[in-house]
Amino acid sequence: MYRSHVLVCGGTGCTSSGTPKILECLNEEINKAGLKNEVAVVQTGCHGLCALGPIVIVYPEATFYSMVKPEDVPEIVNEHLLKGRIVQRLVYDETKTEEGTVTSINETAFYKKQHRVALRNCGVINPENIDEYIATGGYEALGRVLTEYTPDQVIQMITDSGLRGRGGGGFPTGLKWKLARANEADQKYVCCNADEGDPGAFMDRSILEGDPHVVLEAMAIAGYAIGANQGYIYVRAEYPIAVKRLSIAIEQAREYGLLGKNIFGTGFDFDIELRLGAGAFVCGEETALMTSIEGNRGEPRPRPPFPAQKGLFGKPTLLNNVETYANIPQIILNGPEWFASMGTEKSKGTKVFALGGKINNTGLVEIPMGTTLREVVEEIGGGIPNGKKFKAAQTGGPSGGCIPAEHFDIPIDYDNLISIGSMMGSGGLIVMDEDNCMVDIAKFFLEFTVDESCGKCTPCRIGTKRLHEMLDKITQGQGTLEDIDKLEELCYYIKENSLCGLGQSAPNPVLSTIKYFRDEYVSHVVDKKCPAGVCKALLSYVIDPELCKGCTLCARICPNNAISGKVKEAHSIDQSKCVKCGACIEKCRFGAISKR
Amino acid sequence: MKSLEELRAIRANMQAQMGLRKEDGNQTRIVVGMATCGIASGARPVLVALSDAVQEKGLKNVTVTQTGCIGLCKYEPIVEVIEPGKEKVTYVKMTPEKALEVLEKHIIRGQIVKEYTISEMIG
Ligand SMILES: Cc1cc2nc3c(=O)[nH]c(=O)nc-3n(C[C@H](O)[C@H](O)[C@H](O)COP(=O)(O)O)c2cc1C
Ligand code: SF4
Ligand code: SF4
Ligand code: FES
Repeated sequence: MYRSHVLVCGGTGCTSSGTPKILECLNEEINKAGLKNEVAVVQTGCHGLCALGPIVIVYPEATFYSMVKPEDVPEIVNEHLLKGRIVQRLVYDETKTEEGTVTSINETAFYKKQHRVALRNCGVINPENIDEYIATGGYEALGRVLTEYTPDQVIQMITDSGLRGRGGGGFPTGLKWKLARANEADQKYVCCNADEGDPGAFMDRSILEGDPHVVLEAMAIAGYAIGANQGYIYVRAEYPIAVKRLSIAIEQAREYGLLGKNIFGTGFDFDIELRLGAGAFVCGEETALMTSIEGNRGEPRPRPPFPAQKGLFGKPTLLNNVETYANIPQIILNGPEWFASMGTEKSKGTKVFALGGKINNTGLVEIPMGTTLREVVEEIGGGIPNGKKFKAAQTGGPSGGCIPAEHFDIPIDYDNLISIGSMMGSGGLIVMDEDNCMVDIAKFFLEFTVDESCGKCTPCRIGTKRLHEMLDKITQGQGTLEDIDKLEELCYYIKENSLCGLGQSAPNPVLSTIKYFRDEYVSHVVDKKCPAGVCKALLSYVIDPELCKGCTLCARICPNNAISGKVKEAHSIDQSKCVKCGACIEKCRFGAISKR
Repeated sequence: MKSLEELRAIRANMQAQMGLRKEDGNQTRIVVGMATCGIASGARPVLVALSDAVQEKGLKNVTVTQTGCIGLCKYEPIVEVIEPGKEKVTYVKMTPEKALEVLEKHIIRGQIVKEYTISEMIG
């Protein structure tokens, strides 16, 4: 029996910032202190505060230590674990109270407004130990479904909950299951989309790393509901920790007979295999994903037929996203009414977002649908650094659009985001401030789609390339007003004529930035200025002769010898040589250099 | 896994262990003074006896933690019992046996063990 549990975050973020070394030191120090039989060391999944990693939590006090280094470990062991004295200097600042005590992490601004359903076990249990999952109610939902409900009743519960797909489209999950059940066949499949291609998103990875069994359990429930006995998880090979934990989880579930033949003695068989993807964005598209599982090049194909009719190996197939599955067991256990009580009229439950960009608390947050963007940015996210002003937030990654300040109070849900020209997407949420150039942002996303277009259809292959060229021309100061109109026209053409969702949504970042920030595009083409000061071709660095003291510091730091001038006399910059690196601005102690 | 009962047995067994990681305000806290003086006077066996017993008996709303020096070194080992909404009770000169008695009488049955409390000792 242990009197204390030390949880060390083993998510991807913390692992890369030092968890393995910390685990090693902890075990060593605990041994040395003779606490081996009193203190258990547990590796968990992500807590969502990856920027503060590695994270170590000591229970039962629930002390939340952040940015722990291996050198700090002896102090934690000898002070906290042995003598019960909390190591104040390592405690996460937000959990310190004015009276000098430490509060629960759940009381901090970052966590208080969160509501964890899909992430409930992440950072709480050891994902490599099936017993810990079972202790939190794991596999109870599967057991009940198999022994108490008919497949139709299960599908009805999912329908009543109002759950919609978390992979981007927001398709009603219950309806999807119903369609897959309705198609008779000798063989059907259940697939899990763990490709997670949106460059800003990592919620699926965190669920797989922190709570892999929840996905297995949900897939087995789905298998029972639609009449399938084989599942596939398509996960990108770039997620090695997720792949390892999933493999361990599948192994353990088989040993317990929770996967395999005759589960819970009910005669229901279900098994799951992993398929590794090479990490192409288009392979997250459902038809491309299935083609890739079949062992062919991952290219989309026209729909219909839809996967529910002819999917994997030509058989009826159900495909859901990782986060969609992570909600299923809780819906069964707590009832569809419970789930439907959270969220807005047409978007029920919660959504996980990866908060990034110009925001104080970056990380993973799970919020009830209908939370406003303002609450996310100002409260949970802790506001924007350096007192800068909020300009816009990008949701939906390369397929989505931006939400400008005028919609700051919009309750976030599927339909609201679409109505303002963005989309939920898989849940990347990138915050931008006054220093971000919107044309540059659009160009960034187009660069991504040009790279990721599979090339099968022309509107997407050539169209995205042209879009990128036109954006580049504008950022170089060589665009015209006409170009902006042409840009829009091409966007609509690509949206209407591309074969798959990648091409159909690729123009969204361009369209939404033009819609809300047209004046910024106009400044680039008419005034030849980048208002945010980002586009290098439109900037020049100049020295104010009045302020310049001739200290020569800038001339010495300039990498390209663009600055000349005599000691104690005003210096000047040769614009033909300047590469706009900005080094001189930072060096000048008299504020004589500025960007125009 | 042949039945739900089998699953539930595993769960019941594991929950005693996992209870340590609960974070809510309704917990009764048993705090053992574990500064150098406490450890020297035998606080560690007290701590271990208490935490083992709490888990063995499956007391879900009770946690056992340590604290630093309480400032009453000559009365060590000291055990404090903090129940939600009630005044703190401080037990002094604890041994593993006495601590288990406190657990049985005070925590489980709700009767303070007067003779071990600090107010009795100091008079
Ligand atoms: C280009 C493209 C990329 C996609 N990438 C993903 C992805 O990485 N993960 C995902 O779950 N869905 C992705 N989708 C959506 C899937 O096609 C599919 O709709 C989804 O997995 C269905 O699951 P859901 O109903 O549970 O959301 C992508 C779609 C497109 C068009
Ligand atoms: S739209 Fe783009 S990604 Fe989709 S099939 Fe066409 S070329 Fe490939
Ligand atoms: S911006 Fe860079 S290259 Fe240009 S003058 Fe300053 S230091 Fe030289
Ligand atoms: S990986 Fe540790 S908090 Fe996210």
